[in-house]
Order: sequence, then C-alpha cells, then structure tokens
Amino acid sequence: MERHVLVVYPHPDDETFASGGTIALHTRAGTPVTYLCGTLGQMGRNMGKPFFANRETLPAVREKELRAACEALGIRDLRLMGLRDKTVEFEDQEELADRILAVMREIRPSLVITYYPGFAVHPDHNALGAATVRAVEKLPPEERPVVHCSAFARDTREKLGDPDVIIDISSVRDVKLAAIRAHRSQSEAMMARMERDPAYRAQREATLRQEVYWTYRV
Amino acid sequence: MGPIDAAAVQSALDRFAGREVYLHLETTNGAYAARDSENAMAICAYIRNGRVRYHRGVIRGDGPYRVGLKMDEGWIYAEGLTDWEVDAEGRLLMAGHDSEGRLAIALELSLTPFRM
Ligand SMILES: [Zn+2]
Repeated sequence: MERHVLVVYPHPDDETFASGGTIALHTRAGTPVTYLCGTLGQMGRNMGKPFFANRETLPAVREKELRAACEALGIRDLRLMGLRDKTVEFEDQEELADRILAVMREIRPSLVITYYPGFAVHPDHNALGAATVRAVEKLPPEERPVVHCSAFARDTREKLGDPDVIIDISSVRDVKLAAIRAHRSQSEAMMARMERDPAYRAQREATLRQEVYWTYRV
Repeated sequence: MGPIDAAAVQSALDRFAGREVYLHLETTNGAYAARDSENAMAICAYIRNGRVRYHRGVIRGDGPYRVGLKMDEGWIYAEGLTDWEVDAEGRLLMAGHDSEGRLAIALELSLTPFRM
C-alpha cells in the first residue's frame, strides 16, 4: 500500500481516462490521493453531444465535471494549477517544476503518476510530465517517490518497450465509468459512439479492464 | 448556442462595427488528429483578446456560414460557422461544430476582455 499518491495531469478528464481505475483502487485501500490538475481544458473541442457548452462557458463546466469525477474516484485533495490549456509548454519549465516540487515536499508522496514526457501526444501532457520528472530529480535520491507514467503515442512500445506496471482495474470498472460519465462534456460523444460501433466499444472496454504504466527511472 | 440566424447575426455584427472590440478567433482539428490518422497533422491557431476595429462586418452563405470583418488595414475571416448566441454579457459568440458536436472554429466579439 502506498503512503500518499500524487497525480499530475494537465486536463480535467486525464485523471479519469488515464488513471481512473488506479486512483479508485488507491482511495478504496485508504491511500490519500492528491491531484494537481494543470488547466481547466479551456480549449477542448468537445462541447457535449448534443453540445451544451461553448468556448466561454467550457472552463466552468469542466471544473464542475472535474469535481464530480474526483468525488466518484475518492480524490479528496484536488489542486488547480491555473494554467491555460495548450500553453503549458510555453511556461517557465523550472518554475513549473518548482511548483510541483513544493507539493511533493508538503505531502511526501510515495508514488507519483503523470504522463511519460515525449510519449503522451498532447504538448500539455508532455510538458507537465517533463516538469513532474524534473521536480522529482530535484529531490535528494533517498526522498524520491516512484514515478509511474502513462503513455499512448503510437511509437511508445517500439521506443520504451512493454509497460512494466499493469494494473487490473476490473474490480473498479463501474467507478471509472461513473467518473467518465461525470466528464459529460468530454465523454458524451464517446459514449454514443460506443453504442453504435462494436469495434470502438471493444477498444474502449479494454481501458476499463486494465491501466498500464512505464516506470520512469529518474 | 443555437443554429445561426443570418439576419440576427448580421445585426449583431453591425452593432460592433466601428468600435474597439476584443476578438477571440480560433480553429482546431483536435490535439489527437496526428495520432488518430497517419496522414493528418494536429492544427490549431487561436488569438484571444486581440483588439480590433472593423468598419464592415458581413455574414454570407447558406450554412455553414462565412463571416468577413473588413478593417481599415486588413481582414478577419472565418468559415464553417454553424451556431451562435449573444450571451448574458452581450458578447457575440459564433462557432462551427462538426457532426459529433465538436468545435472546429470559433469567432467571438466582445466589448470587454475575454476571461483568461
Ligand atoms: Zn489531456
């Protein structure tokens, strides 16, 4: 059992899609989880299906959805970093790392979950993953938490090999689904497609059985 | 937001003409476009809180619609607009959504800055 888990992702819903099952397993085991969420996903394309949000209402909608998803997953400590969607890579990277480091010094996590720098497709994912790794590097070796990274770039397995951490989340499948539904503006189109497209459904179902990570060797 | 009523949008465009306005202009095909299709690139551009003044603003088309804003020294152009509203803050919000309800383009005008 972990002492405290720190999750660092840039967008509301990253925690759910990438790690919802893993987080639910930790909170059910009584491990506190802190989620440092970089942005409010202000520039998201999904507005609901049929759409109910617009570019200007989306941040508030997504913050509300995020809080509901955290509730479903058992996350009691949600911290918003206040960055803007799509701009994370343009911020001062040392300053970002120092903000994450300050949280690590405060909560002393035994495990950190983030995106694998360079293998997480969205520039915000890669930038915040890199800042998190940088923050861990700033700690003395004996104080460094284990770092598990989520990755989904096409060349991930070719370059990094197979994931070394495979979490069976079938026991918390419904919790992950509830969190996905909580992110209504982002998941409605996906849910509708699952209904009508069996191949897509099979692909999504796999993400409700298992979550995988690559340990980042700092 | 609801489907564009071209005449109503036209009168809204006329109301902003000749004034200094804040502009949000954006187009995107999604951050995952390059991953989801071998032949695609992720494309996105946005300007938030550009300060502009146009003397002629026109909506054209049968839906999706095009809007052109003619400035003293230049143009602002958007194509693919499907939906619109004037929100509670008096801002003119226009957007183009695809069949999945995803935003592909947005053109917005306001007399006060858009929130960061
Ligand atoms: Zn994301």
